[in-house]
Amino acid sequence: MENKEKYWQENLRLIFICLAIWFFVSFGLGLLLVEPLNEFRLGGYKLGFWFAQQGSIYAFLGLIFWYGAKMNKLDKKYDVES
Amino acid sequence: MDELKLYTYIAVFSTFALYFAIAWWARAGSTSDFYVAGGGVTPLQNGMAIGADWMSAASFISMAGLIAFLGYGGSVFLMGWTGGYVLLAMLLAPYMRKHGKFTVPEFIFDRYYSKTARIVAVACLIIASLTYIIGQMKGVGVAFSRFLEVDYGLGLGIGMFVVWVYAVLGGMKGITYTQIAQYVVMIFAYTIPAVFISLQLTGNPIPQLGLGSTLADGSGVYLLDKLDMVVTDLGFKEYTTDNLGGTLNMFAYTMSLMIGTAGLPHVIMRFFTVPSVQAARSSAGYALVCIALLYTVAPAVGAMARLNLMQTIEPVAGQNLEYAERPQWFKDWETTGLLQFEDKNGDGKIQYTADATTNEMVKVDRDIMVLANPAIANLPNWVIALVAAGGLAAALSTAAGLLLAISSSISHDLMKGVLTPDMSEKSELFAGRVVMTIAILISGYLGLNPPGFAAGTVALAFGLAASSIFPALMMGIFSRKMSGKAAVAGMCAGIGVTMLYVFQHKGIMFIPGTSFLGDMGPDWFFGISPNAFGAVGALVNFGVAFIVLQFTGPAPAHIVAMVENMRIPGAVSAAHDH
Repeated sequence: MENKEKYWQENLRLIFICLAIWFFVSFGLGLLLVEPLNEFRLGGYKLGFWFAQQGSIYAFLGLIFWYGAKMNKLDKKYDVES
Repeated sequence: MDELKLYTYIAVFSTFALYFAIAWWARAGSTSDFYVAGGGVTPLQNGMAIGADWMSAASFISMAGLIAFLGYGGSVFLMGWTGGYVLLAMLLAPYMRKHGKFTVPEFIFDRYYSKTARIVAVACLIIASLTYIIGQMKGVGVAFSRFLEVDYGLGLGIGMFVVWVYAVLGGMKGITYTQIAQYVVMIFAYTIPAVFISLQLTGNPIPQLGLGSTLADGSGVYLLDKLDMVVTDLGFKEYTTDNLGGTLNMFAYTMSLMIGTAGLPHVIMRFFTVPSVQAARSSAGYALVCIALLYTVAPAVGAMARLNLMQTIEPVAGQNLEYAERPQWFKDWETTGLLQFEDKNGDGKIQYTADATTNEMVKVDRDIMVLANPAIANLPNWVIALVAAGGLAAALSTAAGLLLAISSSISHDLMKGVLTPDMSEKSELFAGRVVMTIAILISGYLGLNPPGFAAGTVALAFGLAASSIFPALMMGIFSRKMSGKAAVAGMCAGIGVTMLYVFQHKGIMFIPGTSFLGDMGPDWFFGISPNAFGAVGALVNFGVAFIVLQFTGPAPAHIVAMVENMRIPGAVSAAHDH
């Protein structure tokens, strides 16, 4: 397989992992699983409520920077930096 | 009261003077300056500018108010308007920056090798952006009418004039630097009162933690538990579990806002102003940091405002406030007509309940909550003045960014790209400014009759962008074979069904009396509300595009090569190279 194609495949795998987490914290923990999670507490927050109004946003932030860092490494590895 | 007015004038006029000064200092000399700020903006600056551009009156003025009354259901705005940046950073921004063009329709034209695609993209962009600006204009009108004590229409006019001056003069370069200043004003104006209120109620100065803390009144009860109790006692739904029209509707609503964020042209355009592909990725991250500063505070503002409002009206269960003893802020908002009381049982006291027959707070406009919040909490007047300046900064910065997106799509894509390709740079710049002026006038006119609360109107714009632009861009990058015909069919189908669903309920282009709902409910499609329908529209877009692709054949080889080139960072061409 050509180098460019490999680079793209690795990028796609990374995107897939990130978006799976993205979906899980927001739609999963914040929406679909909110009722069972609300049985647990984080201080005064019900846990599901916390994920919907706070936790998912922190997770999004982590994801973007993590993806950016991984991609910078990948750019170096394949020598395609701009 | 006079002191408040003085502080407000000082805050508003000094910030406006600052914006004008920046716009003059950074005024645009070339089309490249005008559209993409010459391509030389750092990721942090760009992040702040995106934050200001994108956090509009809806985020600043309206969102916390909606959360205050929707409770858990308001989470759709919090997740929806932040989650889209993940999509932007991974699915669109780096590749579109690599390709290196001025505008979204221009990208679509290159990728789909078709003037029709470009024109359809311009149309989608204008519909979504105009809807968005109407929401801003509502915010500007509300803020001015209250703080400068002028009529809603006049407030709108002043706002239009201010935007006109610095957007037309400065273009993208002026707008970018002005927006950095506006971001700073906005974030201070939002967090300072939140810190004060959080301290008052819980003793914890960090609102994000205060919301999860116990009350400072010595009862040891958690703030959210207290709020749940207060609202359910009066017959309202429990704050922390009240879901907005069911799980499916919330799911679609959140998805629609997320992909709408990633499909809004004025946000995407921002990624054309950074120097490299790596910078495009990190810009999305910095933008979300800037946005998260406000967005994680908003739920605290909402919940605390609701609690303060309830406890002002009914300090102890069963002991209601005498109407004659109502506080000054109550009277002030009554004069704007956005807060209304009707003494239904004639006892001279204010009863605020969920039951429409006994509720005496007959109108509590959600959009007033953030602006009224510092006064409800008895904060000093300079804080209230700061909030006014922040609200205006939010509305004006977003309106300016949207106007730029509209004017560039008409002058650059429609006129230079399709109608008169031999136009000189100078006349293109002039045309851009004329179009911007016309767009301001139209949006001001539509802003006189907004279709809903600022955040609700804005949500519609996101739905329209979600159903048209986002799928076309994503397929353009991730499907090598996607053809022009298929993309055009997808965009038309996506925005078509979304517009039908929205306008059947809200009227054609939101003009009252043109709705054609018949006897169906506004959310007849599986209970999905019009604001949430963009997610369905996007699915239709993807579906139609792939079906048409099967029948019309794939994109030609040179386009496939272009897409492959887009995917690899490599050496980027500067955005101003043509």
